[in-house]
Amino acid sequence: MADEVILLDYWASPFGMRVRIALAEKGIKHEYKEEDLRNKSPLLLQMNPVHKKIPVLIHNGKSICESLIAVQYIDEVWNEKSPLLPSDPYQRSQARFWADYVDKKIYEVGKNLWTKKGEEQEAAKKEFVEAHKLLEQELGDKTYFGGDKIGFVDVALIPFYTWFKGYETFGNINVEKECPKFIAWAKRCMQVESISKSVPDQDKVYGFMVEIRKRFGLE
Amino acid sequence: MATANQEEVRLLGKWASPFSNRIDLALKLEGVPYKYSEENLANKSDDLLKYNPVYKKVPILVHNGNPIAESLIILEYIDETWKNNPLLSEDPYERALARFWFKTLDDKILPAIWNACWSDEKGREKAVEEALEALKILEDEIKDKKFFGGETLGLVDIAANFIGYWVYILQEIAGLELLTLEKFPKVYKWSQEFINHPVIKEGLPPRDELFAFFKASASK
Repeated sequence: MADEVILLDYWASPFGMRVRIALAEKGIKHEYKEEDLRNKSPLLLQMNPVHKKIPVLIHNGKSICESLIAVQYIDEVWNEKSPLLPSDPYQRSQARFWADYVDKKIYEVGKNLWTKKGEEQEAAKKEFVEAHKLLEQELGDKTYFGGDKIGFVDVALIPFYTWFKGYETFGNINVEKECPKFIAWAKRCMQVESISKSVPDQDKVYGFMVEIRKRFGLE
Repeated sequence: MATANQEEVRLLGKWASPFSNRIDLALKLEGVPYKYSEENLANKSDDLLKYNPVYKKVPILVHNGNPIAESLIILEYIDETWKNNPLLSEDPYERALARFWFKTLDDKILPAIWNACWSDEKGREKAVEEALEALKILEDEIKDKKFFGGETLGLVDIAANFIGYWVYILQEIAGLELLTLEKFPKVYKWSQEFINHPVIKEGLPPRDELFAFFKASASK
């Protein structure tokens, strides 16, 4: 029986992008369904009744919610090629730790950077730079967080790079100047096919952020 | 007598913390001997700062000198490293479900209940409503299973230790009735199975001391 794989997603969501990248990296044929987040489909509400959020991966009718959980699921089921998590339990725990750090920190600091003003924004800028410097430290001299090839942490983190034009414009920050190693890593990632074909370009995301700012009166 | 492959397992923790307790429970269930160090969070040890520079929190597991932080990540590491007692299924879908419940417990359910127990008059009604919604989510999930994992206790049950034990103490101090037999019979029944499990019973902190600890915090 052929596998049926569906992804419920929203094009600009960095969390959705993670799952897209994992599916592309493993070469998994799937159906992509774009959700209107202001009018969620019955399928989404049925498949993620607890949180009602995207992304949701549906594999042969069974739903897997939460982006990092879906990426681990993909890695465990389609395990013949392109492993995303290391095989050693300690290395695995470290990969999970840093992906979890991205979840806890990076989304928040980015959001604050482009939605806050004045002193709050200045504080957000400081936190943003600190968080990315810490990631630079963790990357060290490696090509990717995963080593020679992209891994779990790269997949968890790179989607936020698509939001950088907005972060820099509205946050009044030059990330390349503050964190050059981080930008170098991001540009290397964008050369990887499974990433570049799975994420929107920065201009498109920037346009989306402009719309959101208008809608919520953040100008 | 030291063996050729002497393993060194250390846990830096806080006796009253459910997050720290999760690790005690998992190590005990796997039958892994370990050294425990109680951390004073007002005066963090050099080891704590060395082993968890990112968050400077407990619990931290140090295995043969290698530190792991964040309780849910430590739990998975314990399950993968010591195979005496499988706490997580081998099936990828069951694992994805277990991970979903860990995350939902920590991101949604625990905070809702915690907030309700510590809320002031102003925010109380809304906080209690959210806590009851959170417990309903668990009630719908546990159904008629003995444990969240099925017949045997697993990582989700360990991760839900706050629900099985801490909630009763905190709600009594706050004068609230959140988790009761009448309101959530299935979660209540699960909690009784949980605290009566022979290993868990020995691994939980003493009720009186925990009560006194949180009561003292409440009066501050």
